[in-house]
This record gives sequence, C-alpha cells and structure tokens, in this order.
Amino acid sequence: MRAVGVIGASYTRFGERFDSSMSELSWEAFKGAISEANIDSREIDYSVISNMGGWSSESLPAVIVSESLGINPKGSVRVEAACASGSSAIKLAHDIISSGQAEVVLALGVEKMKESPNQTVIEYIGRAGNYMWEFENFGLTFPGYYALYATAYMSKFGLKEEDLCKVTVKNHYYGSLNEKAQFRNIVTVEKCMSSPYIAWPLKLYDCSPITDGAAAVILASDDYIRKHGSEAAWISGIGYATGSANLSRRNDFLGLDAARDAAHQAYLRAGIDPENPAAQLDIAEVHDCFTIAEVLAYDDLGFSKRGEGIRLVREGQTYKGGKIPVNLDGGLKAKGHPIGATGESMIAELYHQLLQRVGGERQADIRKGRGLAHNVGGTGHYAYVTVLSLDKGDRND
Amino acid sequence: MTDKLKENDGTSKDSMPLIIDPKTSALSWLDQRELKVRYIISVERIRKFYDGLSEGKVYATKCPRCGEVYFPPQSHCSRCGSDEVQWIELSDEGELLTYTIINMKPPSFSHYPDYTVGIARMPEGVNVLAWIDGDPRKLRVGMKVKLRVKRRKPEGYLVYELGL
Repeated sequence: MRAVGVIGASYTRFGERFDSSMSELSWEAFKGAISEANIDSREIDYSVISNMGGWSSESLPAVIVSESLGINPKGSVRVEAACASGSSAIKLAHDIISSGQAEVVLALGVEKMKESPNQTVIEYIGRAGNYMWEFENFGLTFPGYYALYATAYMSKFGLKEEDLCKVTVKNHYYGSLNEKAQFRNIVTVEKCMSSPYIAWPLKLYDCSPITDGAAAVILASDDYIRKHGSEAAWISGIGYATGSANLSRRNDFLGLDAARDAAHQAYLRAGIDPENPAAQLDIAEVHDCFTIAEVLAYDDLGFSKRGEGIRLVREGQTYKGGKIPVNLDGGLKAKGHPIGATGESMIAELYHQLLQRVGGERQADIRKGRGLAHNVGGTGHYAYVTVLSLDKGDRND
Repeated sequence: MTDKLKENDGTSKDSMPLIIDPKTSALSWLDQRELKVRYIISVERIRKFYDGLSEGKVYATKCPRCGEVYFPPQSHCSRCGSDEVQWIELSDEGELLTYTIINMKPPSFSHYPDYTVGIARMPEGVNVLAWIDGDPRKLRVGMKVKLRVKRRKPEGYLVYELGL
C-alpha cells in the first residue's frame, strides 16, 4: 500500500447559494483546490463525487460535475453515505491511489439543498432512516432521531439543555470568524435557550441548517508528491463502520457504536493511543449536525469517558487552547451542512489547519502535526473517522 | 424565494418562470415539471404481521435455529442465515428507553397535532419505536409503557402504538 497525501483543498462559501448551480458551485471549489495543489486538471486520473440529492434536480451529478470541471472523459462515480458521503469519497479516492491504480484523484462533494423548499428537505431527511418502520407511520424527522439520543443521554448523565446551547455558542463564535460560514452571528446561551423546540428537547439553535455548497480535495500518491514537491498532509488512518438502519435496533442511545468502532480503527492505523487520543491531536472536526451529536462525538472519540463529554463543554475544553480544539471552522452548526460536501470540507479545514494556512484567531496551534475528522452519516448509520498528519510515518495497514 | 414572475424585459409578451431571490436578487428558474411520488412497498413475506394487527396483536419473528428475535419482523435470519422464522406475539408492556416530541413536522405529517415518538424495550429482547399516546409531561425514561393496536386518525388504519 502506498502512502496518500492531500495536496490541495477548497470549499465554497456555504449557505443559500441561489447565485450558483450545482456545476458552478463545484467549479468554484475545484478551482481553489487545483490552484492550491498547483496541478493541471488533466493530471486528475479519476474523480469521486459525493452527493445525496433528491432535493436537487440533477440525477447524475458525477457526470454533470466532471463535464463542468473539464475532466471528461476520465472515470468518475457518485457515492452516497448520507451525511458522511464526503468522507466515503475521501476513502475511495485514497484506496484507488494506495492500491496503485491512480496517481491523482479528486474527491468533490456538492449539494444544492435549496433547490427545494425547506419543508421538502425536512421530509426527505426524515425519510433517511428506515423508511417503512420509522417514517411511514411515525413521521420522524432528523432532529427527532437525535432528540431520542439527547433524551436518553440527559436522563442518564444529567446533561442539560443549557449545556447543549454552550456547543452552539462555541460553534457560532468560530463561525463568526470563518468568511465561508453560513452563520456568522454570535449566539448567547440565552438566545439559544429561547429558540423554539424543533424536536423536544432540541431547539432551533441546536440544529445545523439546510445548506448549499461544494468542497474539493485533491489526493495524490507518495511518488507524485515526491516528484512534484507538493506540500502534503498525509492520510495516516481511516476508520469506517455502519450501524443499524432502524434506530430502535441500536444497543443504547448514549453514543454511536459505529463512530466508536470507526475511531478505534483510525487510531490503530494512525498509531494513536486510543486511551488518550486528544494528547496526540492538534485539532478535531466533529459531526455536530445537532449539538447533542458533538457531545456524543467527544465520548465516542475518546476525548472524554462515556457520559463525561458534558464536562468538556462546561469547562470550555474544546475551544482553542483547551484540551482539544473542536470545529474551529464553526462546525456543521454554523459553517453549514451541505450533506454530500461536509466530509470534504472537514478534510479541507484540517489540511489548512495543519499547514497553518488558516491564520488569524481560528488557526489552531500545530505542535503534534495531526488532526482528525469525525463524519457521521444518518444517525450513526455510517461513520468515518479520518486522521490527517504532517508526518508520512509508517503505515499500519 | 417569491413566486413573483420576472417579466421578460419587453422584447417578448411572454413571461418566463423566473424568480428573483429577495435577499440577493439572484435569478432562478422555477421548475415546471412537478413530480409526485408514492411507493408500492412489498410486504408479502411479512403478511402475518398485518394479519396480527387486524386481530389486535403485534408480532415479531423468531429464528427457530438460533433464537434471534426480529422487530420490525423480517422473514429471514441475518444472524445464522436461516430462511425459516416463527411468528411470536410481543408482550403488551415494555420499558421506555427514550422519547421526543416532534414539533416541526414533515409536510406529509402536518395534519396531525405535535406527536410523541418513543422507543420501548420489550421482554422478548427487542425494541419497538412508535408514537406514544398520552401527556408527554408524564413520561420518564425507565417507566412502563403499554404496547397496543389502535386506529390512526384521521386515516382510520390500524397501527401499533405505545401508551401510558
């Protein structure tokens, strides 16, 4: 297996992008990525396009995007792993290169959720569980699925709605510093607490928004990187797992088994001690589609013991300067969550953080040279954990 | 977005289905080809489940070879590979594991008042996810809840639910 590195990455401004079509958004992200990688688009051997769709008009996004980027007739495929589609694209791109089938592969995620009214999107996402046994007769929504986790976690560990609002406050603070974030407003605990319930106990300010956006990541082989002198961050470990389709079949509602499993695999592959991973990471991007999901992520990733993620929130340990800075780009909550593009945007953020290209107040201190992306699809249906490192290291695959 | 059509700028008397975003003035085309979707979902192999509802019973399936119980019912055993399953009736009482109240409803559920969805652990070792009938303020994680069959209003079809 060959080592694979990220050599360029970019994402568009996230939000309501009525100014750009799916192919135009893709072009915007792609141009940023190839410019940073300093490559000619003809050097791309293959592309993996992540997109959930349904709410948008194009049924064959991989081809729409490839043609728009001018990378026809190179091979392409569209992948879906719900909200973790982007990380699944990164994994596939990585595997194609590490197995020696390609030198340079593009992973690009794009979503045009605003092509449909919000109500239609709420309907679509609610159906993204086990349709027949959760939606058809019981009308669950996506906030509803995560609210089931929130109720159980609050009951067992004493988590309060105010604690969840502190996650919102942190992520909006960093979103306010990120010019590409959908929400750039500062939010107080009081404002969050006074927002209406969407799926009790989750409120409007516990929820990530409906978002348009695209993100592109260029991956290349060790050989290519050496030959071209590219500045790379290496993929030092990817972990992946699936959970039950039907939420009721989960073992408990206090964490996501798939995420724990994926994290453990990623740590082993990257040579990180699963007992204290935060000590070996400079930064983490975690999947805060809802505030409760960020708290679950702290536990599932081993940043806290089970049930102690609340303490990290209360003590502000996931701000810059704390035990482990989390979501310095604003996270899904404030940066936005264009489903199929979220995974690549996390990798783009890690790449720029590790190379210290973010700058300013939200640039993390890079001492260990390692960052992690935790990307969950559905409500733990899919989980991908990806570790990026400045050190190519010895691979444990 | 507004439904206001932007007039073609005087060169044609025909307007086009174009709309302008009030915040950014961006121009969008309003799709003229509406798609309505309604699925026909195969339940032949779990026919017994629907027979059960009409008798007021909620059935799960159980693998006679390895003993695994399935709810929602499935007609094969994923664990040991058996294609033979038995039908067993679930008990009428379980323990509430968690719940939520759906305040922001999907459009296809907008005709119902806000509803409570919960998950209950049944003595047979499976969980049931369903609406909970009753005042949500009286609910507590860990309490006993009933499992029963009821008519869904206003449609009038039979469905299982949890209740106090």
